[in-house]
Amino acid sequence: MSTSESGLHDVDESDLATVSRQTSVYVYEVPVRLWHWINALAIMVLCVTGYFIGSPPPSMQIAEPTHQFVFGYIRFAHFAAGWILAIGFLGRVYWAIFGNHHARQLFYVPIWRGSWWREVFFEVRWYLFLERAPKKYVGHNPLAQLAMFCFITLGVSFMIVTGLALYSEGLGKESGLYALFGWVFTLFGNNPHIVHTYHHLGMWWIVIFMIIHIYVAIREDIMSRQSIVSTMISGTRTFKDDLPD
Amino acid sequence: MHPKGDIEGGPAVSQIETFYDVMRRQGITRRSFMKYCSLTAAALGLSPAMVPRIAHAMETKPRTPVIWVHGLECTCCSESFIRSAHPLAKDVVLSMISLDYDDTLMAAAGHAAEAAFEETIAKYRGNYILAVEGNPPLNEDGMFCITGGKPFVEKLRHAAKDAKAIISWGACASYGCVQAAKPNPTQATPVHKVITDKPIIKVPGCPPIAEVMTGVITYMLTFDRLPELDRQGRPAMFYGQRIHDKCYRRPHFDAGQFVEAWDDENARKGYCLYKMGCKGPTTYNACSTVRWNEGVSFPIQSGHGCIGCSEDGFWDQGSFYNRVTDLTQFGVEANADKVGMAAAGVAGAAVAVHAAVSALKAAQKKTQTQTSKEEA
Repeated sequence: MSTSESGLHDVDESDLATVSRQTSVYVYEVPVRLWHWINALAIMVLCVTGYFIGSPPPSMQIAEPTHQFVFGYIRFAHFAAGWILAIGFLGRVYWAIFGNHHARQLFYVPIWRGSWWREVFFEVRWYLFLERAPKKYVGHNPLAQLAMFCFITLGVSFMIVTGLALYSEGLGKESGLYALFGWVFTLFGNNPHIVHTYHHLGMWWIVIFMIIHIYVAIREDIMSRQSIVSTMISGTRTFKDDLPD
Repeated sequence: MHPKGDIEGGPAVSQIETFYDVMRRQGITRRSFMKYCSLTAAALGLSPAMVPRIAHAMETKPRTPVIWVHGLECTCCSESFIRSAHPLAKDVVLSMISLDYDDTLMAAAGHAAEAAFEETIAKYRGNYILAVEGNPPLNEDGMFCITGGKPFVEKLRHAAKDAKAIISWGACASYGCVQAAKPNPTQATPVHKVITDKPIIKVPGCPPIAEVMTGVITYMLTFDRLPELDRQGRPAMFYGQRIHDKCYRRPHFDAGQFVEAWDDENARKGYCLYKMGCKGPTTYNACSTVRWNEGVSFPIQSGHGCIGCSEDGFWDQGSFYNRVTDLTQFGVEANADKVGMAAAGVAGAAVAVHAAVSALKAAQKKTQTQTSKEEA
């Protein structure tokens, strides 16, 4: 293979040794990618403002309280981002139904399938440095799928439900939202303070996910046999080799 | 205490005086009576058109017999109740309800009191209201609270059997309060978990506001039914909003101006007590509107945060002085931030170590193989 054969203009012999017939698959459709990044932004805003709602920043003397709305704006940002998260999640559920089958991975976890569990443990061994090479997947690998389900599908659902319940208290007990989510308080011992506490713990659950998610995405992008980070931008999964398992 | 009417040949209630009769007998003028009716209408959030209805009800309806029993409690509900500053209430409400039995307030004691208890139940079967202050402890067959020589839980069940409705006074009867706080050795149990076949209205608080107590009773007597209740069975007119929703310090909350320490300048200026652990945002009660002691003040106005005394299990929600309170579920005393930060720290450290090992492994692989392609 030479420069003319490969179509690459600046290759030398050592570069050519790594060239393979790269395949690419369109996996994440536009709504999924859009949701991912809007969600990421909303979660960032929610974590920062949510933390401040639990532990407010130092008191500020900008103006008389009538003209100063610092904490009000923090709460507004939290509620606005919360609604974006909640409506985005509904949109994501819609796309799970009408999108391609990869869009269903977050909501359909085949825990009853032995082969699926074997692949989960294969991934676990890969992360424990006990496997020489990972497997190739077009969508999420089973371990990633399990993590997404626990942290995002369940975690974000929990945050949306408890969040809307707490928000409905501000709207008042006559509000439609309270009629929809008032049961949350019954579930948490009839004391709204408990709901605040668990909503706060939920934030840390999501923060832990963020740490692991970003690390693993970058690590896989470098060390696995497929693209990861760019896939969520372009929607296309590319593979670094043509080898079978 | 109540007139000894003949119960033969007609409903017993017809023998009882009306509220109006009692008020007039006690020297209250009609003018004062009408004032009382309009103030009651205002307190209950009713339109002025309801004033004649209240007056009519008070003039014609027989007084409702009330049995007021005391379980495990501190009597702060009674103390609050007798301080009701609502016009005429402290003189009238005790007369207008026919308080036939209340072991702390009645003149009779001992066997005479217990006889009055039995007599009232027998005479007004199905017509009296049972007001419960405190709660029954169920452990050791209820032996942790004995009244009249018997476990209180037996007395409660006995009195509840023929009651028209039950009022759970205070946090004790409504939720259990301090004696039901973890680990709850006596197994103190709120009334609604012992009596399950009667309409129960919860009037929580430690104690509830006096005017709220008299307001609830007045509503029940005037309209002969329970007021509108929320999901938890509390009267919506008094427990429909949070302290926070009507707090006069709310502008400081929205501005982000908080008391940072008890003795700081912000405390002197009356800033929001949120950072000092005020539970106003999670507490449903009328303190910030009705206030206490003739509307003089309420905790936040006095410079102390709300402790959330009218919410379920408020003793078990960690410190009164923290916003993000300690959790007990993890076996150690730590709040959500400590638990979360520790977990996130572990995750972060694990990620760092994993990244380092990954890099070492990759480097090792590179040196072991001549071409990277084989391993790619």
